[in-house]
Amino acid sequence: MFVAWRDLRFARGRFALIASVVALITLLVGFLAGLTGGLASQNISVVLALPGDKIVLQHPVQGPVSFSDSTIDAATVTTWRAAAGVTSVVRLGITQGRAVSDGQPVAVALFGVRHGAEQTSLTRLAPAHDDEVGLSTGAADQLGVHDGDQVSIAGRTYTVTAVGGDLWYSHTPAVAMSPSAWSIADKALGGTGQATALAVDGSPDWDAVAAATHTTASTHLRSLTALDTFKSEIGSLGLMIAMLFGVSALVVGAFFTVWTMQRSGDIAVLKALGATTRSLVRDALGQASIVLIAGIGTGLLIVVGLSALAPSSLPFLLSPLTTLAPAAVMALLGLAGAAFALRSVTHADPLTALGSNR
Amino acid sequence: MITLDDVSLTYPDGAHRVTAVDHVSMTGRAGVVTGITGPSGSGKSSILALAATLIRPDSGHVWIGDVDTAQLDRRDAADLRRERIGIVFQQSNLLPSLTAREQLQVMAELGGTHHRERRHLVRGRVDDLLEAIGLQDQARKRPAQLSGGQRQRIAIARALVHEPDVLLVDEPTSALDQERGAEIMDLIARLTHERGTATLLVTHDLIHREALDELVTVVDGRIVDAEAVVHDVVGTGRAPHDHRSDRPDHAEVGGTS
Repeated sequence: MFVAWRDLRFARGRFALIASVVALITLLVGFLAGLTGGLASQNISVVLALPGDKIVLQHPVQGPVSFSDSTIDAATVTTWRAAAGVTSVVRLGITQGRAVSDGQPVAVALFGVRHGAEQTSLTRLAPAHDDEVGLSTGAADQLGVHDGDQVSIAGRTYTVTAVGGDLWYSHTPAVAMSPSAWSIADKALGGTGQATALAVDGSPDWDAVAAATHTTASTHLRSLTALDTFKSEIGSLGLMIAMLFGVSALVVGAFFTVWTMQRSGDIAVLKALGATTRSLVRDALGQASIVLIAGIGTGLLIVVGLSALAPSSLPFLLSPLTTLAPAAVMALLGLAGAAFALRSVTHADPLTALGSNR
Repeated sequence: MITLDDVSLTYPDGAHRVTAVDHVSMTGRAGVVTGITGPSGSGKSSILALAATLIRPDSGHVWIGDVDTAQLDRRDAADLRRERIGIVFQQSNLLPSLTAREQLQVMAELGGTHHRERRHLVRGRVDDLLEAIGLQDQARKRPAQLSGGQRQRIAIARALVHEPDVLLVDEPTSALDQERGAEIMDLIARLTHERGTATLLVTHDLIHREALDELVTVVDGRIVDAEAVVHDVVGTGRAPHDHRSDRPDHAEVGGTS
């Protein structure tokens, strides 16, 4: 790294420029990843908080399985309950509506779930009585209500008995109701009042029971693909992140390719003086690593700083998954880009140093 | 000492091969500056490239001490250059990002990080060499801040800082005026004699032949003449003589001490 460090010092303007570009791309990727994470959380966090080993959804007559089109009838519930290996079946009602408090309507996701079901952050909100509701913190904040306050949903009034959990479904905060209260509300909102999904525990022959009932049984994570908004949102944002990763690799690769080509004469001289190709490659990759670490580190710091300043209404998730993971991917892709430049190092002919006129 | 023993080298030229070095035998002895001269395209730079292990001969042997460099693979050849050969290029070929002192220090870093002893030794010699070439006060300057002559002095010091057995010099005065050229040639001769290096120096003109101890002339890849250079300057302590070799194709001429 003797020459590499001194090159960095000598051409600090050029290296600062490329590090700035890397920092900017990191900033973009970090913000996009944070936004994607935040939006995803607002889309699916409640699905991940559903009880059960697997989530069962009804197959539609045509098209893919989705939460919005699934309706579980009583016969299907009975079949799953009777299946060998099943230890628990919880009916889940899911619909979207409005909750009103002090004349202020707020879009919410209504979840009908039995009180006392397997403990998750959603079922902990499930009320014991039909005239009660449990609100996620997002719903309580937007409605401006607390424990003991009243809210109106689909023309009926409920008492808030629990507030808690960062639970969202399709960008609306979750509200937990008793199954019968949910059924009434769903009918009032134009639905059938039948359960949307089942949360099933146990170890049955999942495929056989699902085939017999024309349903699908999938893990919580895999069931996310049944959320139409999540699929389209994560798809487009993921594509943008992937493109930024590509741009990052391309920019770093192009810079180091040009830089190394400019230095090909120096590399030939160093080889003629006895430098090993391995030490020159190590120098080149070390130099790229320093630029990437400086650029990515700066970008990450800006992301963390700006996210702290961002308003709470912005759906932004700051976590290792949305910061360190994309940073690691950027570093790896950047190094891969820099590795393309190594051809100039490994193929530099020391013979050209003799008689060269530089 | 470096010895080329019946060395031949050809280059591809379309469907044919062109002979660049044709059965050349010569010896560069320790403490002696051996000049290699000849017209353009005569093969003198090819001889230097062979001596520098930058290219392998088609036939023959190139001995540096007891090592036949013609048998070395690229990695071993690089190791040999790093340990036992110093090269001064036609242009100084200094690295633009390094100061004058670092140009010398870099010679301790070429083998990576596993040569701490070598690094210590080389770094210990840097100041001595900078003083020997009269540039200690320029040690912190980069090549762009130095004159052509100063750059070439640094290049000579770089080639000697690891105390090589063999110093190979390619047209060191081609980019310098006559006065600076004479200084550089004198410096090479002085350091060669002081340090006992076997120096091969390629030059296309003989304006500075006084700095040479021996001279071989190459034409069409063959050595056509080999002589000891007459030093008739009073007070040099060097006896005037002119021993033309009986075997021009094996240039092993008399000493000049």
